[in-house]
Amino acid sequence: MDSAFTASSSAVGEAPTSGEHRMGTTIVGVCYNGGVILGADSRTSTGTIRFLLDLHVLWDVLALPWVDSAWGTGNSVADLGMYVANRASDKITSLTDNVYVCRSGSAADTQVISDYVRYFLHQHTIQLGQPATVKVAANLIRLLAYQNKNMLQAGMIVGGWDKYEGGQIFSVPLGGTILKQSFAIGGSGSSYLYALLDHEWRDGMSQEEAEKFVVKAVSLAMARDGASGGVVRTVTINADGVTKNFYPGNKLPLWHEELEPHNSLLDILAGGSPDPMVQ
Amino acid sequence: MDVPAKGGFSFDMCCRNGMMEKKGFKAPGFLKTGTTIVGLVFADGVVLGADTRATEGPIVADKNCEKIHYMAPYIYCYGAGTAADTEAVTAGRESRVVTALALLKSHLFRYQGHVSAALVLGGVDCTGPHLHTVYPHGSTDTLPFATMGSGSLAAMSVFESKYKEGLTREEGIQLVSEAICAGISDDLGSGSNVDVCVMTKGKTEYLRNHLLPNPRTYVSSKGYSFVLGQTEVLATKITPLKQAEVTIGDAMEE
Repeated sequence: MDSAFTASSSAVGEAPTSGEHRMGTTIVGVCYNGGVILGADSRTSTGTIRFLLDLHVLWDVLALPWVDSAWGTGNSVADLGMYVANRASDKITSLTDNVYVCRSGSAADTQVISDYVRYFLHQHTIQLGQPATVKVAANLIRLLAYQNKNMLQAGMIVGGWDKYEGGQIFSVPLGGTILKQSFAIGGSGSSYLYALLDHEWRDGMSQEEAEKFVVKAVSLAMARDGASGGVVRTVTINADGVTKNFYPGNKLPLWHEELEPHNSLLDILAGGSPDPMVQ
Repeated sequence: MDVPAKGGFSFDMCCRNGMMEKKGFKAPGFLKTGTTIVGLVFADGVVLGADTRATEGPIVADKNCEKIHYMAPYIYCYGAGTAADTEAVTAGRESRVVTALALLKSHLFRYQGHVSAALVLGGVDCTGPHLHTVYPHGSTDTLPFATMGSGSLAAMSVFESKYKEGLTREEGIQLVSEAICAGISDDLGSGSNVDVCVMTKGKTEYLRNHLLPNPRTYVSSKGYSFVLGQTEVLATKITPLKQAEVTIGDAMEE
């Protein structure tokens, strides 16, 4: 691994309105028994992202939104989310009619990559005479990400359906690896989802189950990750085409501390009982 | 398949400049527009608004500058960031808002955020009203209402509480003015007057100085006149400017 790699960035303490735009984010892609479902939150934040990579370990900065200074200087530091530039952004963009990509990382980098790949795929489709396969789309993303790894900060999940292999999910994280998986997660909020996926993922879910699962996963991550929030958008791609869904914040399930309190001591005290400890 | 291709901006000077600044060399200042710019989509089109203060560090360099840039007959763009950069970026002949957007985006991305232009781009073309924000690194957002610049937080609070879909033209102008006034009063980098630009299908109205919430209240009744001799002249030095004559001589003969 390379030694100190310093990302060019704005200084700490800069006005929240002028930092680079990052999608500290949560993105999810799952295969079900007929296609794929991609899901994402909608928050685009500005903030600093300054990091030095340690000598032997590559930290996926977007999966570890903070490492305390208790670890010592010279370790990863990222501070996302000083201001929410767009609370309703659409992070799932189309590459072709049958392939979509979830974007995380630098907003500018991922938008430009998607535009280039959409352009290449358009030409490829014309030359091929039929819709491009998901594998080709994912590899085009991967080639751009790998060959420009020094200049880009983009973690992406490519998902789609084609007639040869059906629904497929490819993960292209920082650095430009490509991994075909039955489910993939990315972004700063994904660190809260690894255990959930390990515990609850099952192959071959139905469309309704998979959709509920994606919404649950993204909303859990949004509850814990400061850089994720807003609404949940999902895109379902199968043989019949593409369906887009939108879940506004007030329709999402509530978790834990967001639920109404039961047996709250404050309510008991307000009730005027002389001895609060007596139920 | 490299991005960017050969040519384009060379960032060598950025390293040199950084090194020189560390050694104590002070870079020349530039005219920044710490600013409030806003835009919103209403029933018939788009309204853009901006304040009119241009700052150079802590000093107000221009109390009534124009932050709007013409891009095409019905596409205007408000710019925050360094004034020169926003001027340079907005020279185009496009007639669709998304075309203008793509050009701005690719130009700014090539310069990796060093062209410090944050823009609100709005317009009405054959496909309807559009409003986009463009950030210095080249990312864009498409929104029904948007604010940019140092006063964007103050202005966004006004929009978030009062915006609704299907505003009328008067309501749109009123809301935009309120948002800019919030930026003028609550942000140090914004001030002076409110400029508004209303774009509808086939018609653009530029309401320069639509609101003047900061009039100059004290004006000396005696006026300001300076009698000759009031200022003591210590020394006089006259430097004549010589015309340099360049003679195009004969071509050298081998």
